[in-house]
Amino acid sequence: MKEAIIERSVLEVNMTGNNAGWRLFKDMFFKGLIVLLAFISMLPLLLILYHITINGISVINWEFISQLPRPIGETGGGIYNSIIGSIMLIILSSVLSVPFGIAAGIYLSEKSYGKIAQAIQLSVVVLQGTPSIVIGIIAYLWVVAPFQSFSALSGGIALSIMMLPVIIKSTEETLKLIPYHLKEASLALGVPYYKTILKVILPTGLSGILTGILLSVARITGETAPLLFTAFGNQFMNYSILKPIDSLPYRIFYYAMSPYPEWHTFAWGASFILVVVVLSFNLIARGIAIKWKVQF
Amino acid sequence: MESSVLTVDNFCAYFGDNQILKNINLSTKNNVVTALMGPSGCGKTTLIRCVNRMHELIPGAKVSGNMHLRGDDIYSMEPIVLRRKIGMVFQKPNPFPMMSIYDNVIAGYKLNGIKMGRDEFDNIVEHSLRNAALWEEVKDSLHRKGTFLSGGQQQRLCIARALAMNPEILLLDEPTSALDPKSTAHIEELIVELKKNVTMLLVTHNIAQAARVSDFTAFIYLGELVEFGPTEKMFTVPKDKRTEEYLTGKFG
Repeated sequence: MKEAIIERSVLEVNMTGNNAGWRLFKDMFFKGLIVLLAFISMLPLLLILYHITINGISVINWEFISQLPRPIGETGGGIYNSIIGSIMLIILSSVLSVPFGIAAGIYLSEKSYGKIAQAIQLSVVVLQGTPSIVIGIIAYLWVVAPFQSFSALSGGIALSIMMLPVIIKSTEETLKLIPYHLKEASLALGVPYYKTILKVILPTGLSGILTGILLSVARITGETAPLLFTAFGNQFMNYSILKPIDSLPYRIFYYAMSPYPEWHTFAWGASFILVVVVLSFNLIARGIAIKWKVQF
Repeated sequence: MESSVLTVDNFCAYFGDNQILKNINLSTKNNVVTALMGPSGCGKTTLIRCVNRMHELIPGAKVSGNMHLRGDDIYSMEPIVLRRKIGMVFQKPNPFPMMSIYDNVIAGYKLNGIKMGRDEFDNIVEHSLRNAALWEEVKDSLHRKGTFLSGGQQQRLCIARALAMNPEILLLDEPTSALDPKSTAHIEELIVELKKNVTMLLVTHNIAQAARVSDFTAFIYLGELVEFGPTEKMFTVPKDKRTEEYLTGKFG
């Protein structure tokens, strides 16, 4: 007991003595430091948004969105072809990757311990880490070289390969969170396995799967590298998937590298549109995740 | 024999090399509640899951012996056909979260793609919910999600979902173990009420619950059926020493 009393008095001295001020200061300093560092890490985004808005918003008007690029020497024109191109590439790559991604995600969530499942899991991780330029080269070898032409299709394939890991992972994680007893409830009603997956498990995980798809779309919308030698870019309007097609990030790259000041402002304008589109994909994804959250 | 709904003969179940059930023999009569009681891990849940072959979901599950549902061999039927004839209620209430109360009740029809008129579905929903003593509480909110209900209401919704399929037998796998005492009392009253029309097999590790609601009790211990008989008899004059010890709380 005596020892305890002594320790207690030591504690009290420490709490009330001169040290207290110094310790309070250290506390305050630490709190201030983490707030400061957190704020600094937010700055890049704010600065990016600031610059893009200041430089880009002045060129945004109906003409910019609805007209094709004009030849060098003429002023005016827009990036209509790039917007349509980006939309086509997004649709194309989604159509290609969503069925495979969801199927693989279901497989991984259903059979996570088999040899095949582990192989798929590993390849998803590796695929996610593959540099996008390498995926572009592969799509060039697979599609552009045999067809002997740059094409929207090859760009869509490159982007869909980039989407796959995101969709697979998000589908797998979402479905794994669905309680096993829901599946049992369905099977016990005599519902066949495939209907249980399609009508019970998938609808229950719909919001998570949609969120994953939107995030993967947000990710590929801004990709430039895999498009450089696949979709290639096209200053004319093109609706064919077998011909070269333009895209927003490619147009930004092309205009920003040019020597003409007007094209530089166009690059800012296109950047503004691109950032707004990607941001809204992210926000919609968050909205879906919150709004459609399923309660078990 | 003519009125027995479920008969189990020399039934054994294995998971891999582990024998879970050893030579079980029992039969249940029409419109009675048979309680399967025993300590945790004794195999009572395995037995009930073998009745609608849900144990087959676990890799490595094997069985030997026979089970008959109203004379039909359970193990030569298609599991899907079999499961439509047998209702099951689980430990945790598990209504489908993306469906309304209404759709949850007719989930067995909807998910199986059985088409019916709106009126027929309305009838089934009202009838099943009344049978599950839930109608008065939810009749004004049939199109709300089932997961907004309380735990006890959710469990009664699951009972309604099973009853909607008009099952030959209703399997209840510790239906009150996740519920509070008041909801438990509700479910027990419901079981007593239901046995006028429905044959039930109830798994419980709650001795008092078996005594309160069942007509017959089977005591299972370490995979063996130790004793099977009318509940009243077993609780007053148990034949086996182990039953007596379990009932008096010496183990389990």
